[in-house]
Amino acid sequence: MSAPSTNSGGSSASFPRRHPTLSLGAAVLGLIILAAALASFFAGDPLTMNPINRLKQPSAEFWLGTDHLGRDVFARVIYGARVSLLVGISVAMTAISIGTVIGLFSGYFRAVDAIVSRFMDGLMAIPAILLAIAMVAMLGASVWILILAIMIPEVPWVVRLVRSVVLSVREAPYVEAAQVGGTRLHVILTRHVLPATVAPLIVQATYICAAAIIIESALSFLGAGVSSETATWGGMIAESRSYLPRAPWTVFAPGVALAIVVLAVNLVGDGLRDLLDPRASRRG
Amino acid sequence: MSEPVLSVRNLTTSFRADAFSPWKPVVRNLSFDIAAGETLAIVGESGSGKSVTAMSAMRLLPERTSRIEGTIRLDGRELTSLPEAEMRALRGNGMAMIFQEPMTSLNPMMTIGGQVAEVLRIHQGLSAADARSETIGLFEKVRLPNPKDRFDLHPHKLSGGQRQRVMIAMALAARPRLLIADEPTTALDVTIQGQILDLIKDLQAETGMSVLFITHDMGVVSEISDRTLVMFRGDKIEEGTTADIFAGGRHTYTRALLSAVPKLGSMAGRATPATFGLIDMETGKVGPEESVPAARSDKPVLSVRNLCTRFTVRGGLFARVRGAVHAVEGVSFDLFPGETLSLVGESGCGKSSTGRTILRLYRPDAGEVVIDGTSMQGLSGEGLRKARRSIQMIFQDPYASLNPRVSVGTSISEPFIENGLGTVEEARAKAEDLMEKVGLSRNMMGRLPHEFSGGQRQRICIARALILDPKVIIADESVSALDVSVKAQVCNLMMDLQRHLGLSFLFISHDMAVVERVSHRVAVMLMGEVVEIGPRDAVFANPVHPYTRKLLAAVPVPDPARRSLRRTQEIDELKSPFRPRGFEPPRRDYREVAPGHLVQA
Amino acid sequence: MIAYLFKRIGSTALIMLIVSLMVFMLLHLAPGDPAQVLAGDNATDEQVERLRQSLGLNDPLLVQFARWIGNVVQGDLGASLYTNEPVLRLIAQRAEATLSLAFATMTIAVPLAISFGVIAAHFRGTNADRVVMMISVIGFSVPAFVIGYLLVWVFAVRMGAFPVQGYAPIAEGVGRWAHHLVLPAFTLGVTYTALIARITRATMVEVLSEDFIRTARAKGVPMRRILLTHALRNAGVPIITVIGIGVALLIGGVVVTETVFNIPGIGRLIVDAIARRDYPVIQGVILVSAFVYVLLNLITDMSYTLIDPRIRY
Repeated sequence: MSAPSTNSGGSSASFPRRHPTLSLGAAVLGLIILAAALASFFAGDPLTMNPINRLKQPSAEFWLGTDHLGRDVFARVIYGARVSLLVGISVAMTAISIGTVIGLFSGYFRAVDAIVSRFMDGLMAIPAILLAIAMVAMLGASVWILILAIMIPEVPWVVRLVRSVVLSVREAPYVEAAQVGGTRLHVILTRHVLPATVAPLIVQATYICAAAIIIESALSFLGAGVSSETATWGGMIAESRSYLPRAPWTVFAPGVALAIVVLAVNLVGDGLRDLLDPRASRRG
Repeated sequence: MSEPVLSVRNLTTSFRADAFSPWKPVVRNLSFDIAAGETLAIVGESGSGKSVTAMSAMRLLPERTSRIEGTIRLDGRELTSLPEAEMRALRGNGMAMIFQEPMTSLNPMMTIGGQVAEVLRIHQGLSAADARSETIGLFEKVRLPNPKDRFDLHPHKLSGGQRQRVMIAMALAARPRLLIADEPTTALDVTIQGQILDLIKDLQAETGMSVLFITHDMGVVSEISDRTLVMFRGDKIEEGTTADIFAGGRHTYTRALLSAVPKLGSMAGRATPATFGLIDMETGKVGPEESVPAARSDKPVLSVRNLCTRFTVRGGLFARVRGAVHAVEGVSFDLFPGETLSLVGESGCGKSSTGRTILRLYRPDAGEVVIDGTSMQGLSGEGLRKARRSIQMIFQDPYASLNPRVSVGTSISEPFIENGLGTVEEARAKAEDLMEKVGLSRNMMGRLPHEFSGGQRQRICIARALILDPKVIIADESVSALDVSVKAQVCNLMMDLQRHLGLSFLFISHDMAVVERVSHRVAVMLMGEVVEIGPRDAVFANPVHPYTRKLLAAVPVPDPARRSLRRTQEIDELKSPFRPRGFEPPRRDYREVAPGHLVQA
Repeated sequence: MIAYLFKRIGSTALIMLIVSLMVFMLLHLAPGDPAQVLAGDNATDEQVERLRQSLGLNDPLLVQFARWIGNVVQGDLGASLYTNEPVLRLIAQRAEATLSLAFATMTIAVPLAISFGVIAAHFRGTNADRVVMMISVIGFSVPAFVIGYLLVWVFAVRMGAFPVQGYAPIAEGVGRWAHHLVLPAFTLGVTYTALIARITRATMVEVLSEDFIRTARAKGVPMRRILLTHALRNAGVPIITVIGIGVALLIGGVVVTETVFNIPGIGRLIVDAIARRDYPVIQGVILVSAFVYVLLNLITDMSYTLIDPRIRY
């Protein structure tokens, strides 16, 4: 007889104390989302070019200085959050939705699985950035194309996860009992199989969001993202790279912002994983 | 009186969830001694703290979340305050431990010889060559066949019993003074279990070591121990010589526990099953032993003829069919209304596959199943659903048999609603009735499965099976995973339901003692075939087929007086019924040695 | 084993076929007429029609695909629209730089990551574990190009210890070659190391809770031996798997890193090709990298048999 379950009550510490990772990540992320949403009220003007002010150091007037076109770096950093968050969340939601449906049928019906698995293997073989770059090059650089291009390479990972959960649940006695009891197929799928996928999917959604934000910024950096007028963090770094020795803040302000957002999302992911499934997960 | 090998005083072991949670004691104030050459058995149900006691002695509990108070002395040496380095020198050396699951207790990536030799190299500093020859000697001692060839094998190539022998060799390598055995035979088939128990006893006689034997099985206790200690929820209930304990002991709990243990041979002379006369744990009142009436023998409610289920095995370059596992081969029997027919056998004999094939969870390759007059042949979809209303199933694992996210009321009602038998309100009303019938309260309908114990969950599964008013229930090892007293209670419930509703049970089990208690008739299976079938009394009193006799002889009987009877020393282990392609199963004939009692010729 | 190898080669070929199909479809996904797109905005209608004829774009899609596949299998990946050089030769020219970068990165990252992971698993729950894992999450979260510029700013601009950018071929001396690779390799390596360290830790923690580790402790095996001999080997399969899968991350990171450090590798090739809409180059690079990835995963799958005696094909 092993030690009693660690979920038994009795721990008197507060939620943040017991779940520091999740609390920290959620707090930072919440702050950033708030800042992005309320940008127009406090951030300043991200677009106006004013060559007189170019490459000014951070000061009371320009909190993070100006870039080579005299634009307010702080404002551009705050507005840049909008694109990143929009892309990250949209990619995560669409990838999860599509991947879950495919994974569900792939896991439950062997015939479907045979075809789908091959296709997913093929998709996973193409590096995500390359596929995204190619798609943007072919189809143009709007935010929606970007979301589509980043989402597609993420779908196979969701399919793989859902498929493996479905495969294991399919063998569970309670599913067999439902079959013996005459439960119809769609009820088995929705009531017995699908709920088991929810917890791992939530965790994976956050990781996908983080990956999407990184990929979007890489694309902007490489010149394959949205137009350079809109403030995106990757784009800002690309534009300012030659000014690195003279004006490092133009590169590091968006860089640090990127790092903080992705870190916050990853912390939320780790925290959720520890909360929902205390045993260490596989994808890291 | 010489110093006891192990001396435990006021042991209290506590756990906590994390650094912020309070300590919860799991073992409270436990004291006992083990003398040299003696075997002490600690017996209890789950949650009694018996395994935790063993792990405390070895100090194998996780550091940050566990705490040991009290004293534990090995040969006079205090263990609780020993620095880790010295404790490590003791483990596997002065005291050794073997565990329950031989499958997972050996490192799959290391050779078995390497793992045993490791003990010798660490504790005795032997060279690789010396350790190797000594290990081979140990393999011989534990009666592992072909020891020299087996040295370089990996664990997955061995059977469960062979792996347990390797574990024993590993534990004995450095000649420990004390061997702690934590349920070492629970996961093994009963014939293998007997061999392992004999092995431990012989080795103990040879080496003079003491044994601390942890188990929940009273039969095993009476086989192996000199003295017995009974635990319940972390407390010591009583301790004494095994003979005394089995004579009834002093404490009510001990007597309640013993009343729940089926004793092979106790039903001799009685034609029909009877409930356990359970003693209430608190009041000490003895429950009645109620007989179940005989079955009506006019028309069978379930008829199985020449059932065959084979699983093809593929391999090779183009996944050609190499052969098939003949899980069920030519099985035939009838089940009558109000009757319990048990399918018994060891793992791999096909009893579970038979049950599943009857319900069409597997597709049969040949044969016929007729349920309440309807043939199951070729049924699918709506027809299959309708046929399944007459025959339902309860499974082995009470924890995996209910959807953890759905209330038990919904789980019970589900078959009723899905079969279109009525409205949701009608379903709920019927479900509430059934909850009461299985001994639970109707207020519990809204709760989730994790709020119930294993025994309660099994009752819920029975309620779910009953909601369609079936004629037959297939119980696939449904009591095997339950504690002793709970097992008896659930068996009693099934027998009560049989008396009141006229239900028939197809009782699938490997536990001969329980089968003796609950069955009208018995069918013994081996390698997918029925080798003997007949009235329970006839088969148990007069087993004819050699396998049946071997099976019955291997069952440990909870009667210390019968201890000295030895079993045969055969080491063979069952293989799976894999047949190469093109194999034609031989025709089997059965001879009738007594009315209704057939044996494979 | 041989049978399994053949089976895997077969499914590898199938996967590459599917990849090729996707890559082929990419060009035809673009709105508008492919010939027009290829010819550019300044081409006359006549030039476009001539191009269409020469590329065989009037034939049915399936024929075009078959022709293209046929070429690919023979090693003909088409030619760059700008320099007319064969794509394969372009890739081969740039290969040394990219491979050097990848090699340098992996030799640093893998041993470092596994060590971190094992140490963190051993000290799980303590502050040492939390610190290592926090560093790991940060490493995993910061995009490669941000790390790149950070390293450049600190070590190249301020300290002048390393070159700001560029690549030195091996032929010009191993010392110079290595010197130029240090910053790029660390840039690329941070994410890769973080990923492998996390998986190593997670797998080791799972393995350490298995029954046979309890048996090893009950035998008195010292902790160091338990970690390295008993546990690590059992964690081998998932760790090697993630090393293989992480190569996809690596390929993506290579593109970015080469841009940051101006290394004339395959990553830069495709970035320039994007800017110039040089479709044959884009297709060729994607095909080659997918192929490398699939091949690498085939090798890692085969290596399972070396590690895990239960896996025998």
